Amino acid sequence: MSAPAPTGSLLRTRHLEFTVVGVLLVLLTVIFPLCNAHGLLSDFTITLWGKYLCYALLAISVDLLWGYTGLLSLGQALFFSLGGYMFGMYLMLQIGMLGSYAKAGQNPAGLPDFMVFLGHTFLPLFWRPFNSFGFAALMVFLVPGLVALIFGFLAFRSRIKGVYFSILTQALTYGAALMFFRNDFTMGGNNGFTDFKFILGHSLVEPDTGPATMRGLFVASALALLLVCLFCHWLNGTKFGLVRQAIRDGENRVLFSGYATANFKLFVFVVAAFIAAVGGALFVPQAGIINPDQMTPDKSIEAVVWVAVGGRGTLIGPIIGAITINALRSWATQAYPDSWLIILGLIFLLVVLFLPGGIVSLPGKLKALRGHKGKPAEPAATRA
Amino acid sequence: MSHPILTVEDVSKTYDGFKAISDLNFYLFEGELRTVIGPNGAGKSTFFDLITGRAKPDKGRIEFGPPSAPGHDLTALSEYEINRLGIGRKFQTPSVYVEHTVWDNLVLSLKGPRGVFASLFKRQNSTDRDRIAELLKLIRLDAKSNWKAGLLAHGEKQWLEIGMLLAQDPKVLLVDEPAAGMSDEETHRTGELLISLAGRHSIVVIEHDMTFVKQIARDNPVTVLHQGHVLCEGKFEEVQANPKVREVYLGRGKHGTR
Repeated sequence: MSAPAPTGSLLRTRHLEFTVVGVLLVLLTVIFPLCNAHGLLSDFTITLWGKYLCYALLAISVDLLWGYTGLLSLGQALFFSLGGYMFGMYLMLQIGMLGSYAKAGQNPAGLPDFMVFLGHTFLPLFWRPFNSFGFAALMVFLVPGLVALIFGFLAFRSRIKGVYFSILTQALTYGAALMFFRNDFTMGGNNGFTDFKFILGHSLVEPDTGPATMRGLFVASALALLLVCLFCHWLNGTKFGLVRQAIRDGENRVLFSGYATANFKLFVFVVAAFIAAVGGALFVPQAGIINPDQMTPDKSIEAVVWVAVGGRGTLIGPIIGAITINALRSWATQAYPDSWLIILGLIFLLVVLFLPGGIVSLPGKLKALRGHKGKPAEPAATRA
Repeated sequence: MSHPILTVEDVSKTYDGFKAISDLNFYLFEGELRTVIGPNGAGKSTFFDLITGRAKPDKGRIEFGPPSAPGHDLTALSEYEINRLGIGRKFQTPSVYVEHTVWDNLVLSLKGPRGVFASLFKRQNSTDRDRIAELLKLIRLDAKSNWKAGLLAHGEKQWLEIGMLLAQDPKVLLVDEPAAGMSDEETHRTGELLISLAGRHSIVVIEHDMTFVKQIARDNPVTVLHQGHVLCEGKFEEVQANPKVREVYLGRGKHGTR
């Protein structure tokens, strides 16, 4: 009867993991910007890492659904992009008379350039409130949240599960991408939004003040990630967290225990959409562009790869996965520009075959390899 | 024993032309321990599916209710609504949350609010903990409450699921082959547990193991299902002696009990 004592150890693992994540993020929030301000880190690096942190938010949203609830959504990039677009509308309206057409004297109304190009003479009605930062920030949550609510309600009420759910989410994001590609949708068509100048009165491009704005955006991204991690850690400790994982492992039993599982899944789906949307909204000013390419299904699938590589069903796994893969991409697309997709595919294959628990399961595996018998290492989540 | 707590009347269910249940009539009374037997394909599991809302009947009436109040029409409700009325089900293959600890399995099953927001802010209190500790003793898993349920032996999983059922404190327990995969001693203990639960709960047990049926049936009625309807009903000995039953079920191969 030499039993492992999972409650204690699992709980300890969870707290340890959270402490590690917390400490790292706090360091990141403080040290990176400090180094940057003193010239030890380039502006380019800060912006690059700011984007990684936004990708980490997208990865967490995938993990919340896939790793913890067993819902493989292949459409999370849609919510990321919708958040980005909503915030992008605000950024577009901040350009004002600094756009190319306005400079040439061809844009008296100060419309976004793509509208002038399409022959608009006044701002479409639904664009107007986006002059307000507060309204745009609200829409960053409301629009993706509403799309997730409606889609999730219909899908979960109809008990769409497994691969059918994955395919539908993929179709949803593909459909949205087609819609955003259209010029008459007045969301910038295939070029999307770009050429941003100001955020809350701070310049994004001026050589003397731009870097400080970028630093601020980096700190905002790190803080957002920290808050989301706090929230997820809290959620893991609630009874909701238990129900959610029970749905993953045996939905029927949950249903026959009196839980309306559809409501639980809907709640997770909407929360995941919020998290992805925040990531997208912070991503856009740092990347300087948002276009419908971000919504195509392969972007969502890539996010799934990050989570698989990092380790699903854990708090830290998606963050590690998102940063590792994207850092690798930054390097590989310069060193071996033609081979990046092959490298990514290989990594994914290797992880699926040899490390189903992802990078986070590596320490446990190594321990087991060193011959630590008697106490078999138990990966946190090994359902590949 | 005046008014049934569970009424199944003229119920039929067809799957792709196969009549799984045809014109079935079944009445369960409060506090009763009923055993349902029948050869493979007799419709036993479909019978449970129909009561618990997993499948909807093509025709017929399924009602649940305490004898005094007007009954609930179960055919109009979904699985979780039926469960909330007080009908708990144990599946044929033990279905526990393998990644959760034994303790957490019971936490999830404990009677209480089932909503999303209730679960976000629900904290375990000492009453909950006492109840779980009590259940753990009953199902003899108190030494393994920290184990992941996936690590339990098959028989222990069966017991855990029975414990999860009891945690819900249902009025009616539907138990599908509780003794499958258990040793003789475990089977006997399961029988004793079910007998001790009758009275406080109304119980329907589906079982194949005739020794087990004989143990729990005692003077309680046994229902024999055959081709989706009730072939006969009565005490174990009567059923055993019934030539029709022997023909379709018991008489095949060896005689009587196995």
